[in-house]
Amino acid sequence: MSSLRMTAGWWASAKVTLAAFAIALLIGAVLIAFSDEDVVETLPNLFTYPGDFFVAAADAIGSSYWAMLKGSLGSWHAIASTLERSAPLICAGLGVTFAFRAGLFNIGAQGQMTIAALIGGYVAFAWQLPAGLHLLCALVACLIGGALWGGVAGVLKAQAGAHEVITTIMLNYVAASVLLYALSKDAFQRPGSDNALSPQPLDTARFPSIGGVHLGVLLALLAAVLVWWVLDRSTLGFELRAVGANPNAARTAGMSTTVVYTVAMVIAGALAGLAAAMNVLGEGNALSPTLVGSIGFDAITVALLGRASPVGTVLAGLLFGAMSVGGVAMQASVGTPKELTAVIQALIVLFVAAPTFVKALMRFKDQGGGTTLLAKGWGA
Amino acid sequence: MTAAAITEEGTVDIRDRADVVRQIRQLVVFAIVAVLTLVFWLSTEDAVIPYRLGEGEDVSTFDGAVALVLCFLLALVALGLAAVNRVPRGWAGTLIYLAVGLAFVLSFLIWSYGDQMTETPTALLNPLPGTVRLSTPLILGAMAGCLCERAGVINLAIEGQMLVGAYFAALAATVVSSATFGLVGGLVAGVALSVLLGFFALRYQMNQVVLGVVLIALATGLTDFLLSQLPRELNEPEILQRIAIPVLSDIPLLGPTLFDQNLLVYLMYVAVAGSTLLLFETRWGLRVRAVGEHPKAADTVGIKVNRLRWQAVLLGGAMAGLGGAYFTVGSTGSFDSNASAGNGFIALAAVIMGRWHPIGATLSACLFGFCFTLQAQLAFLDKIPGELLRASPYLVTLIAVAGFVGRVRPPAADGEPYVKG
Repeated sequence: MSSLRMTAGWWASAKVTLAAFAIALLIGAVLIAFSDEDVVETLPNLFTYPGDFFVAAADAIGSSYWAMLKGSLGSWHAIASTLERSAPLICAGLGVTFAFRAGLFNIGAQGQMTIAALIGGYVAFAWQLPAGLHLLCALVACLIGGALWGGVAGVLKAQAGAHEVITTIMLNYVAASVLLYALSKDAFQRPGSDNALSPQPLDTARFPSIGGVHLGVLLALLAAVLVWWVLDRSTLGFELRAVGANPNAARTAGMSTTVVYTVAMVIAGALAGLAAAMNVLGEGNALSPTLVGSIGFDAITVALLGRASPVGTVLAGLLFGAMSVGGVAMQASVGTPKELTAVIQALIVLFVAAPTFVKALMRFKDQGGGTTLLAKGWGA
Repeated sequence: MTAAAITEEGTVDIRDRADVVRQIRQLVVFAIVAVLTLVFWLSTEDAVIPYRLGEGEDVSTFDGAVALVLCFLLALVALGLAAVNRVPRGWAGTLIYLAVGLAFVLSFLIWSYGDQMTETPTALLNPLPGTVRLSTPLILGAMAGCLCERAGVINLAIEGQMLVGAYFAALAATVVSSATFGLVGGLVAGVALSVLLGFFALRYQMNQVVLGVVLIALATGLTDFLLSQLPRELNEPEILQRIAIPVLSDIPLLGPTLFDQNLLVYLMYVAVAGSTLLLFETRWGLRVRAVGEHPKAADTVGIKVNRLRWQAVLLGGAMAGLGGAYFTVGSTGSFDSNASAGNGFIALAAVIMGRWHPIGATLSACLFGFCFTLQAQLAFLDKIPGELLRASPYLVTLIAVAGFVGRVRPPAADGEPYVKG
């Protein structure tokens, strides 16, 4: 009986999610149609020859989405770049998820990644070590850098009660300044150059790759399993979720919110550090002011789309990675602007996170399923 | 956790943990300030600094040697008060914090501008007009935050509202070729994004934190998309001109600071005064606050909870949209990708630092504006690397939030959707 109900709930939830995707893609389709020159040309004759308009629109929409799909999954090379693009999103998303479970809204993945990349990147290009050891050192340096920066926000929250939304935002800016400052120093610049660009990470510090995919991707998946285990199976995870659900009750039950907040942010930061490792040690990018890009912020959307669960975060990260790789391919082959993928991504999260709206729009009967994340305010 | 001790006179002295933490925080912050002011004092040999009160005015000089000593002594006194745990609470305490802050800024400025070996030393320019200018978008965004959150709706999307406000202000101003009309465009765009906020948060009870993040992502994507699609000629707006208010702008120091600015700044004054009066002096404001603290109680006495929340959200959106207009028609003109550059987040921080009160939020926003202005000026001196100076406003916030603001209490029902029944 109970398993039957679970299946029904699962189907209702899946139905709502699928509908949310469909609505987002539909709105995206309208935007694609109106950004296409051929379609816009048929607009003046919309009422005399409506057929032209619909043929042109269908052609534009079909070819754009097809190009996106092919560019992200159509070949082994495409799949490889999708995986590599997804890996940092998954790791940083896991960091946001982990803090979220402790009731902390970690907007600081960006800053944590920046500091991690700075320290790990330095180890990767400046130290001379044998192959395996060098990778290990650089990886640990990344984790420490992220944990350090996340830990600052955790300590400020736990000891001084400073709200983590403010502190993580501020730490993001401070981290960006620190990176810029470091890149203005000779120690971080390429020899003989005055640009804000570091040397390439040495090959000894890079993740080995098989078939065009670096093995850091496996590490990202391993991290997801580990996060799942810690959250759902360990004492720490239990305390974390207890504090996240109700800090007062947890304190009454004898848990230390101070310790939980600090540990949660340290681990969240380390996960963001792992994301930086994907970027620096995996793809082998040199340090530059734009190294992290918007991964730290996309990680928040990834975690939210994954409903703050490790499995959900992995799936959401893969989806966002695929869409961002596919978006570039779409612009290259069909000319549809890649900026559209950001809009579609935002719409997907919007509708997935608003199941009541989707149910009302699609006139689904309310059979449960598709619950929203716990609505929480500022108070903690 | 209570630590009780019986002193020699036999009186019982009971201290709870919060009091101990408060003392430790004060000790740490005042000690940092005391050390820094001491360093500034000892490392400055020539404390005569050149300054200018206005852009067109002559350079005068000021000998800061005595001021350096006084600043250090002030910090020392504050440190002493903290050491014996005698820093008063309430207004007197705020005054002490303010005095220590000013002492730090003054000695920092004297140190920065002192010891200049060049023939024509860089003069310290009165930072107040710049502060008011750079604070304007922050304050307008903070007003949006205050209004929404006092009504119980978390508005994380200030950044998004500013971004669409900035883009559509530029677009409207270009199409009509009037910078003033651009403000209307920004306002309408801000309201439009608020409609989405209200629609999903109030009607469909979506998690407001998630919604805020999503709306920011949507606004970023949408403005980037429009920027890439629409021709460049649609993004060349005129810029708002400065209007000097007669008589008032002639007041020394205060006049050029407050009354020789553009229209948007004057609108900001109206917004601050308006929000404060609306929230605390009108029946509407009382109801808004009731809805944000205890919607069920408000509903019981016949207040329409969601209707009031809608009104607050839309009014807030209008203000954030106006704030966004600053980044195009209010300053540089054409719209660049991600024009608001995190100002919405800083406005959010100002709301929390100002404890959800329009005046408090305005003062916090001014603190940021002041840091931004100083940072832009100090970049001309080579004492501190420009890259690190850029971090100063954010470091100041971190210290302020961790040292003085501490645990804050948001409106009780902030972020909780209200379902009648």
